[in-house]
Amino acid sequence: MLTDPATTTSAPPATRRTRIATRWAQPGVRLAALGAAVLVLAAVYCCTDVPGSLAFALEIRSLSVLAMLVVAAAVGVSTVVFHTITQNRILTPSIMGFDAFYVLVSTVIVFSSGSASFLGFDQLTLWLVQVVVMVAFSVLLFTWLFGGRRRSIHLMLLVGIVLGTFFRSSTEWMQRMLDPLDFQVLSDAMFASLTRPDETLLLLTAVLVVLGCAAVVPLLRTLDVLTLGEPAAVGLGVDHRRVVMVLFASVSVMVAASTALVGPILFLGLVVANLAYSYAGSFRHVWTLPTAVLIGVICLLGGQLVLERVLGFGGTLSTVIDFAGGLFFLYLVLRKGAR
Amino acid sequence: MIALENVTKRYGAQTVVDDVSVRFGEEGVTALIGPNGAGKSTLFGLVGRLVRPDAGRVTVDGTDVERTPSNELAKVLAVLRQDNHVAARLTVHDLVEFGRFPHSRGRLTVHDREHIERAITYLDLEAYRNRFLDELSGGQRQRAFIAMVLAQDTEYVLLDEPLNNLDLRHMTEIMRLVRTMADELGKRVVTVLHDINFAATWSDRIVAMRDGRVVADASAREIMRPEVLAAVYDTTVDVREIDGRPVALYYG
Repeated sequence: MLTDPATTTSAPPATRRTRIATRWAQPGVRLAALGAAVLVLAAVYCCTDVPGSLAFALEIRSLSVLAMLVVAAAVGVSTVVFHTITQNRILTPSIMGFDAFYVLVSTVIVFSSGSASFLGFDQLTLWLVQVVVMVAFSVLLFTWLFGGRRRSIHLMLLVGIVLGTFFRSSTEWMQRMLDPLDFQVLSDAMFASLTRPDETLLLLTAVLVVLGCAAVVPLLRTLDVLTLGEPAAVGLGVDHRRVVMVLFASVSVMVAASTALVGPILFLGLVVANLAYSYAGSFRHVWTLPTAVLIGVICLLGGQLVLERVLGFGGTLSTVIDFAGGLFFLYLVLRKGAR
Repeated sequence: MIALENVTKRYGAQTVVDDVSVRFGEEGVTALIGPNGAGKSTLFGLVGRLVRPDAGRVTVDGTDVERTPSNELAKVLAVLRQDNHVAARLTVHDLVEFGRFPHSRGRLTVHDREHIERAITYLDLEAYRNRFLDELSGGQRQRAFIAMVLAQDTEYVLLDEPLNNLDLRHMTEIMRLVRTMADELGKRVVTVLHDINFAATWSDRIVAMRDGRVVADASAREIMRPEVLAAVYDTTVDVREIDGRPVALYYG
């Protein structure tokens, strides 16, 4: 049983402890604490362990931090929104086959024209192709299964799962036939990496992510109503179909842009979103969304620090995140089962 | 007035609402009864624009629900669905606040807060306002949802099986509330009920459905006759008069 906030505040001698506790219960305070943690971590990441010139290290590393912020925003916002739309908190947009599709497109390129041309590809062209193809795929899937008269989110998810499996097995089939060297190059490219991002691509991704977030902001309160489920939301006057269309479009743009920038990293979203729900202290999206983004930055920064300074680059960031995230996911599932 | 004109809804080969024409929404309480699968919930879905009719027209106060902006409709018509599972952790107060969404779009004014307070007081939920929904008993939770519907401040209120999973005391409590909502606040309530004795005791009019059609539509006393109930439920129902009230005996 939780203590009733009303009785806590009305208790006559407000001790110092309870005053701190009530203030801590404020979502704004919690978010600010998270923001401070991000700043500290970013400072530690940028300014410590500098081998040469500090200015040079700052230039390179601040770019990495920006990339982390952009990726965390894309992954955090899209996962929380996706959870609200689907009324399910153990999914990520990757269930729609987003990252599987990304890997497939890369594999097809390597398979058809070899790793030399894959590496020789203009980064910008590759990024653009990936983004356009991923967005087109998800919009097609969405309008086909949700835009028509059927209008079923569950059917859409199911078809997404089936297509995702299809993409993965086609990828695997092609990868088996690859030259070992080509395969090496490909699998290297398929691990998410946040260090040394291409500046132009980072900027373009940032623009798309900002646009995606800008589309979500006016719908923050509507998202709160969507947590009640479709029937109740419709009863409260939400134009469910239009709202879900807009939300889904921004989710796919953000996910496509960030995946094309750093590679498949959606698993992070699951961890980040669920941590945000328990940490934020409010179900309102005004709080959960920024909380998820900041927790995402902390995970990425922390992961990168562990990777660089503790493991001495003995792996990739996605390995660290998948390992920690996998444990957390197991914990989530087991805790749900225990309830 | 809520009016359905020759409305048909099919799921695949099955017709769940079959050419129904009926009007609801006069003052007082109307009960919608009928066996499982008679099409009662679908009928509510059609009015609450969750389900699109395959044929026919649904109007509320003369305007077609398909053409009315969802938000405008939500200001005159509130629907409480059967199962209200909420994934997020909401308090009673959070939930009741949602009732103001059609009016305020989430930015609460002083006027909205008054409505919220009134709804919470009316349903006697002051003591629980900061409790989370998953910490409440079934009866309290149902009251919280009704408070949300009340805060929505609509002329028409549709309740889909509000007595589901409640014990005797809470069933009576909810029905008494529904009655006072109609009598004191002037709500025009339509409610799906399974217990026909509750329907007969608390409602002014009973509409009975079976196999997607309206098979009876009359005052409670006229519906509470063995031959009518037998035709609706396809089972023998005895009706006795106790203290001047018809009581159906259907316990086998």
